[in-house]
Amino acid sequence: MAITLSASDTPSPPLSARLSPPQVWGIALLAPYLLVFLAFVVYPVGYGLWLARQPSSYVALYNDPIFARAAINTLIFLVIGINIKMLIALFLSGFFAQQRPWIRWLSVIFILPWAVPSIPTILSVRFMLNPEWGVVNQLIFKFTGDDGPNWLNDPAVALAMAIGVHIWKSLPFWTLILLTGRLAISHDLYEASDVDGANWWQKFRYITWPSMQTLYITCTLLSMIWTLGDFNSVYLLTGGGPADLTHVLSTLGIRYLRLDQLSLAMASIVCAMPFVLPLVYFMMKRLSR
Amino acid sequence: MKLPTLREVGTEAKLLLIGIPVFIWTMIPIYHMFVFAISPKEDAFTGKLWPTHPTLHNFSIVFNQQHYFLRDFWIQFWNSTVIALAVGALTLFVATAAAFSISRLRVPGGRAVMNMALFTYFIPAAFLAVPMYRTMGTYGLLNNHWSLILAMVTIAAPYAIWVLKQASDKLPVELDEAATMDGATTLQLFRLVYVPLMMPSLVAVGTYAILLAWNEYLYAFLLLSKDTDITLPVALGNFLAADDSPWELLMTTGFIYALPPAAVYYAFKRYMVGGLTAGAVKS
Repeated sequence: MAITLSASDTPSPPLSARLSPPQVWGIALLAPYLLVFLAFVVYPVGYGLWLARQPSSYVALYNDPIFARAAINTLIFLVIGINIKMLIALFLSGFFAQQRPWIRWLSVIFILPWAVPSIPTILSVRFMLNPEWGVVNQLIFKFTGDDGPNWLNDPAVALAMAIGVHIWKSLPFWTLILLTGRLAISHDLYEASDVDGANWWQKFRYITWPSMQTLYITCTLLSMIWTLGDFNSVYLLTGGGPADLTHVLSTLGIRYLRLDQLSLAMASIVCAMPFVLPLVYFMMKRLSR
Repeated sequence: MKLPTLREVGTEAKLLLIGIPVFIWTMIPIYHMFVFAISPKEDAFTGKLWPTHPTLHNFSIVFNQQHYFLRDFWIQFWNSTVIALAVGALTLFVATAAAFSISRLRVPGGRAVMNMALFTYFIPAAFLAVPMYRTMGTYGLLNNHWSLILAMVTIAAPYAIWVLKQASDKLPVELDEAATMDGATTLQLFRLVYVPLMMPSLVAVGTYAILLAWNEYLYAFLLLSKDTDITLPVALGNFLAADDSPWELLMTTGFIYALPPAAVYYAFKRYMVGGLTAGAVKS
């Protein structure tokens, strides 16, 4: 889609005559990836779009109340969830930039949620939130004598918990990336500002933020694309429930797929495209320079 | 010994005020899983922060496959291992060849291929899963390990190519020129000059692909279904289907399943952080 061919890429007829042996090797070495790309990206995407061509699918989708709810949930996830996550990541990148042995140790532990698989940890959270047996409500009962809320039974609370799980899982990665950006800022700037008597906010406002702004925005956009593809946080915590009210577009697509309604599954994904494509276009422009 | 000033103590206290909640937040689900794994069945549901009688009994049940849900534990562990290693090897092969071709041989159309790869990298994984599931059916690969391996290579390769291309571009051109002057063929250049110099990035990318495949749930759950074909995460997901799931065994199995990626990550941390963050977002 947003693929750009430079002028030199345009082939002219006597190809073999123009190519030097290294270039023949070049094509041969590129072939395995091209095959994978054609077989498992081009063909499926083309086939999927072909399946989603019927207007009737979109009418059916529009009439399914679960779809409207999933679209709203997806927006909440993106707007609230990602901004909370990225702001915490920005803040914590400043914390982890402090040179202390114990902070270095903490950073080694902090990466664990990202390195370990989703399913056991999300299921662990799921059990913690169990209204009767979960440790959270048992502690609430112990200290207050009252029963705690049924965390995953109220759609708004359940969605908030799913966002929490998403943040838990992906915060380390973004903190690490922003930390890399922060460490690239010249130390002299901070030393000079110390001499001028700048406080921490002034340092952030006039040194840190201007240097990290672009990186921060890029990370936020990339995180939006990936969050759209995050199936685990919602599916493993709530399964889309209660009463299918916590679905997001990714779990909804898979739900239709499991119900053998493939054209609906594709249509629900195509509905996200007006949103995804500008993001992808912007990211490609930024990264393929 | 120099005593810390009041100001230094204050700074340290403020940092601890951030550090302690961060530690607790990070560890809670993992710790909870661990406590469950070492708790006897009757202790597991009482919400204790540490079991009265910690035991390794759950591990023995899992390792000896002594529960209905765990009949195929070892074969599922083996499936996960084989698939992860195959994905690592294939991704490395595909991506190294492509990065060498694009960056060093400047093959015509290389730039377009980079853009295509980048485009794949930006397709949300769960979105691609829908048409990919159907495609695997068309190719007759459903319920075959190859479907999961090829799907994971498709997902891992774009990022791998991209990280490797960034690293390749940093190698000086003079190396290739000198080797060619000495009469090296393209293949020798690849094998004797390029691959050895790229080793740190290759380790990073290979580890990334292995972890990605080991940790994957969605594609594994869609593409494989027979009890003896599925990987560990799918088996864990299947625990949920029952009303009376043995949660202590589920958490024990989950803990065992989470250990290898954590170990691999720490073993290759040095390579991964440098190699992958450099490639992840070019600032």
